[in-house]
Amino acid sequence: MSDLQSQDYVRRSASTMTPPMARSHEDQVAKLIDVSRCIGCKACQSACMEWNDLRQDIGHFEGSYENPMDLSPNVWTLMKFAEYENEQGNLEWLIRKDGCMHCEDPGCLKACPAPGAIVQYANGIVDFISDKCIGCGYCEKGCPFNIPRISKKDHKSYKCTLCSDRVAVGMEPACVKACPTGAIMFGSKADMKHQAAERIVDLKSRGFENAGLYDPQEVGGTHVMYVLHHADKPSLYSGLPDKPRISPMVGAWKGVIKPLALMGIALAALGGFFHWITAGPNEVTEADEEEGERVLREGAAHEPEKTS
Amino acid sequence: MAMTRREFIKFTGLGLAASSLGMLGFGASGEAQAAAVRPFKLTHATETRNTCTYCSVACGILIYSMGDRAKNARSNIIHIEGDPDHPVNRGTLCPKGSALLDIVHAPTRLKAPRYRPPGGTEFKEVSWDFALDRIATLMKEDRDKHFIAKNAAGTTVNRWTSTGMLAASASSNETAYLTWKVARSLGMVVFDNQARV
Repeated sequence: MSDLQSQDYVRRSASTMTPPMARSHEDQVAKLIDVSRCIGCKACQSACMEWNDLRQDIGHFEGSYENPMDLSPNVWTLMKFAEYENEQGNLEWLIRKDGCMHCEDPGCLKACPAPGAIVQYANGIVDFISDKCIGCGYCEKGCPFNIPRISKKDHKSYKCTLCSDRVAVGMEPACVKACPTGAIMFGSKADMKHQAAERIVDLKSRGFENAGLYDPQEVGGTHVMYVLHHADKPSLYSGLPDKPRISPMVGAWKGVIKPLALMGIALAALGGFFHWITAGPNEVTEADEEEGERVLREGAAHEPEKTS
Repeated sequence: MAMTRREFIKFTGLGLAASSLGMLGFGASGEAQAAAVRPFKLTHATETRNTCTYCSVACGILIYSMGDRAKNARSNIIHIEGDPDHPVNRGTLCPKGSALLDIVHAPTRLKAPRYRPPGGTEFKEVSWDFALDRIATLMKEDRDKHFIAKNAAGTTVNRWTSTGMLAASASSNETAYLTWKVARSLGMVVFDNQARV
């Protein structure tokens, strides 16, 4: 049992082993980001960097409130600012905390070829185990939300861990704790859905008819959910996918081509074995050996003297 | 070691097959599982309650330092987060407060009083004794010169209006009481704190 830990695996990338399932009766956790309550202060960004010991190099002002401009191996969560002019001609400032969505059906894990580099715990957290990462970048391609980033320094992939180290000891993630407006909440997935439902009723009563929860079923639901005032148009929020989908290439390579290729390898090995049984090894005759010896001798004799 | 070409190819093939099996997931998986989650870094850190240094909201913070205060262990602050038991912020912090760790360790942080004499061009580091003596001397000079014991009507007022004090807002009740006593006992009436900034 010593191999088990407070958060047990339910899935492991590129592995044929079945993770131990007996102790997986664990509550699913979720982070709920209420976009309508966010003021864009970036306390979550600061708290994330502080807890995870990440420091991004100081950059340049690019004319946007976004700082830095993109996620990176040192930036696991990022506030994205979008200006939207609604039907009434009023400006709405839609601020979204971007980061890993911790999908129930993670595209990164499915695409990953390194055994155990990406795992999913029974509580729903999808985590990168960096020492197993080979830096191939397949997770970037497999992610429907464009989240993982490969470090140019150590060639490993990085993203939000949902503070798995804090959750493992019964605490909330660092960003959740810091949020001064309570826009980020953490709890069991059921509780977060309940919380969101109450908030959506409230938003609808204030005129946001399309308010709703973003928990996309295309990836089996997510463990980071948003309350959006415009749930009918998630793409307004700095390109949040309307229908996130794992690239069909992942399914093609892992589902079709991989077994075919493995079969090809097995057939080649089998063919070789039977060829060896039926035709036998390619024997070297005495004459061949003598000819070889003669060529070697003559080659050595004709070789010019080395000068240096 | 003598090895024919055929043997060499056999050994290489065996090695390749073994590593392929490992990569296909037939290897030991227990190690990877045990090493998965980053160990919680605050388990035995010393937790100290304090108040955020930044603004007048005065959020409660928890300061975590490594070491358990053993005689030979030198404490070093490794993490700061909000105090969930503090009524002001209940565990939350703003972006500046969330990044407090970096002002603690900032190379530009002021750690000692600095003094620039009148007419001087540069600040130089001085001792606390020098700084406090200098402040006391100037205060006394100014108070002796401008202290108003009685007003025009002859009523005792004991006012000192030419020097003021601006105190921090992020003080505990006791600190605020003492600050008040010091300022008012000197007759100081120009007295405010950062909460009004």
